[in-house]
Amino acid sequence: MGARMAGGQVRMQRIDARARFLPVGDTAFAVEFGTRIDPAINALVHRTAALLAAAPPEGLVETVPSFRSLLVHYDPRRTSAQALQMFIGALELEDAAGDAPARVWRIPVLYGGEAGPDLAEVAAATGLSEPEVIALHAGTLYRVYVQGFLPGFAYLGDLPEALDLPRRTTPRVRVPPGSVAIAQRMSGIYPVESPGGWHLLGNTPLRFFDPLWSPPTLFAPGDGVRFVPVEADEHAATREAVARGSYRVETEGTPA
Amino acid sequence: MSTVLHMLQPGPQTTVQDLGRHGFQAYGVPVCGALDGTALRLANALVGNEAGLAGLEVRLAGPTFEVAGGPARLALAGAQADIEVIVADETSRYGAWRAIDVPEGARVRIGALTGSGGAMLAFAGGLAVPAVLGSRATDLKGRFGGHEGRPLAPGDRLPLGTRAVQGPCLEIPSPPRAVGEIVLRAVPGPQADAFTDEAMAAFFTTSYRVSREADRMGMRLEGPPLAFRDGADIVSDGIATGSIQVPGSGLPIVLLADHQTIGGYAKIATVISADLPLAGSLMPGAQIRFRAVTVAEGEDACRAREAEIARIIASLAPVREGARIDAAALYGANLISGVVTALESG
Repeated sequence: MGARMAGGQVRMQRIDARARFLPVGDTAFAVEFGTRIDPAINALVHRTAALLAAAPPEGLVETVPSFRSLLVHYDPRRTSAQALQMFIGALELEDAAGDAPARVWRIPVLYGGEAGPDLAEVAAATGLSEPEVIALHAGTLYRVYVQGFLPGFAYLGDLPEALDLPRRTTPRVRVPPGSVAIAQRMSGIYPVESPGGWHLLGNTPLRFFDPLWSPPTLFAPGDGVRFVPVEADEHAATREAVARGSYRVETEGTPA
Repeated sequence: MSTVLHMLQPGPQTTVQDLGRHGFQAYGVPVCGALDGTALRLANALVGNEAGLAGLEVRLAGPTFEVAGGPARLALAGAQADIEVIVADETSRYGAWRAIDVPEGARVRIGALTGSGGAMLAFAGGLAVPAVLGSRATDLKGRFGGHEGRPLAPGDRLPLGTRAVQGPCLEIPSPPRAVGEIVLRAVPGPQADAFTDEAMAAFFTTSYRVSREADRMGMRLEGPPLAFRDGADIVSDGIATGSIQVPGSGLPIVLLADHQTIGGYAKIATVISADLPLAGSLMPGAQIRFRAVTVAEGEDACRAREAEIARIIASLAPVREGARIDAAALYGANLISGVVTALESG
C-alpha cells in the first residue's frame, strides 16, 4: 500500500473502529462509515471495496459502494455475516482526507437551448445569469462519489452551493441520453434515456456505459470530472467522432 | 442444425432469465434474473441442465411457440398450467413439474398459470442468447441481455443450446406448494431506527395487500402508513433484493430482482433469501404478513432451503406414463372448455 504521509504520519485504524455493521437480510450487510455526504467518508468506502476486491474472503459475492456505506453481498451457504464482519472489522484503513483524484475526465458540454432546456429556469431560480450558471457548473472539479440509479449514472459532487436546487416537482418522463443535469449538491449525466427529475443544463455526446465494455462504465469511483463548455459545431463534430468510434475522452493530471 | 423456438404469441410478459447478473452492481447494473430462482433450478434439473442455464420467465400466462429445426425437451416449474403439444392434428396435454419431449415442427401452447403469478420454462441445453456481463438475464430498464433486452414478441426466434437429450422424461413426484396464509420472513433494518417504535411493531403485525403497482422491480403494498421519526429520506445507500423501502407515503415497497442498485428511502426490513421466490410469485390482491427473524435465523433458513432443493432434485423420477391424461377422451366427454388466459379474464 502506498504509505502517504499526512501531517507527518499515516494514521491506520481498524474498520470496526470507524464503521458500524447494519443488517440487510441474510445475504448482505452494510458497513456504514457515516450518515453524511463527505469526500473523506466516501474515500473510506471505496478503500474498503478495493481491499476486499484485492483479497476476497470466502463467501463474498460482490460489494456495492455508495456515498457513505459499503453493501457487502455474501453467500450464506459458504460463510455467515458474523464471520465476514469479524474479518472486515479487523482490516485497517489509513485516513483518506484530502485525496486528489488520480484521473480527471474532461467532458465537453453544449449548454442551454434544446441541449439544456432548464438553463433559463435554473438561472431564474438562483438569481444568476445564464453565463454565470455555466461558469459555476463548468468551473468546478467534481468527484465520482458513486454510480447507481441507472447503469453508468455517476453522482458527481459537490455542486457549488449557489446552484443548490431541489429536484423538479414533476419529473420528466423522458430525459435524452447525454443530458447533463443538476439537483441539490450533485451533478450527473444520464447515460441512457430515462425518466428523471433533475434540471437539465446541457448535453454531451460522450458515452458512459456499454455492457460490452470491461469495465462497463467510463468513470471509476474517485475519478475527477470537469465539464468543458463547447459550441454547437464542436458538439456535433464530437457526436460524429463518438459514433465513428474515433473519439478519445480527454483527461488531465497524472494517469492512475 | 440446432433447435429454434419460433414465438407465435409470447404471453403477457415473457422474458429470458437466468440466476442473475452478479458482480456489476458497483457500476449501477442491477442483478435481474428469475424472480423465482428455485423454479428455474428445478425446471433446469427436470430437463437435465445445470442449475443456472437461461430459461423463459412466464408471468400470468404462458407463450405459444413452434419448435423448429430439431426437437426440444422442456419443463415448466413454479406454477401449474395446461401445456398442449400439437403435432399435426393431434393434441397431447401435460402439466407442470415434469419434462416433456416435443418433436420438431410441433406447436406448444402454455395456458394460464395457477397457484403462482410466475413460472419458469426451461429447455434442455438452455436458451442460447448471448451472455452480456456474464449473464443471459434480461435487463428491461437497461435494455440489454436476454433477447434484445426486452420481453418476447410475436415472430421472435430463440435458439436452444445443443444438448444430447438422454434418458426418460423426469418428473417431481411431489411438487412444492405454498399453503395457507402467506408469511414473508424479514430481518429488521438497515434503517429500522428511522421508524417510530409503533411503526416497527405495526409492520410486523399488519396484514398488507399487494397493490396493482407490482412488477419485476418491486411491489407496492397497501395498508396503514408507517410513521417515521424524522422523515423517509436518507443519503442513498445500497439495496439488496428483498429490501423493503418506505417512501414518504409510509407504504412499504418490497424490492425484487430488477431493483436499482442504490436508493434514498429508509429501509425498514429485508425479506430473507429463502422467501424471495414466494415474494416474487405474488399477484396483485394477495394478502401477506411479515415475521421478524434474526440474521442467523435467515442464514439457517437459506441453508435449510438449499437442503430441501437438493432433496427434491434427488427425488426426480421417470414420468409414470399411466398417470398421463388422455386429452382426446376428456374432450370427447366435454370435460374441458377452452383455456381462458389471465388477460382475457381480467
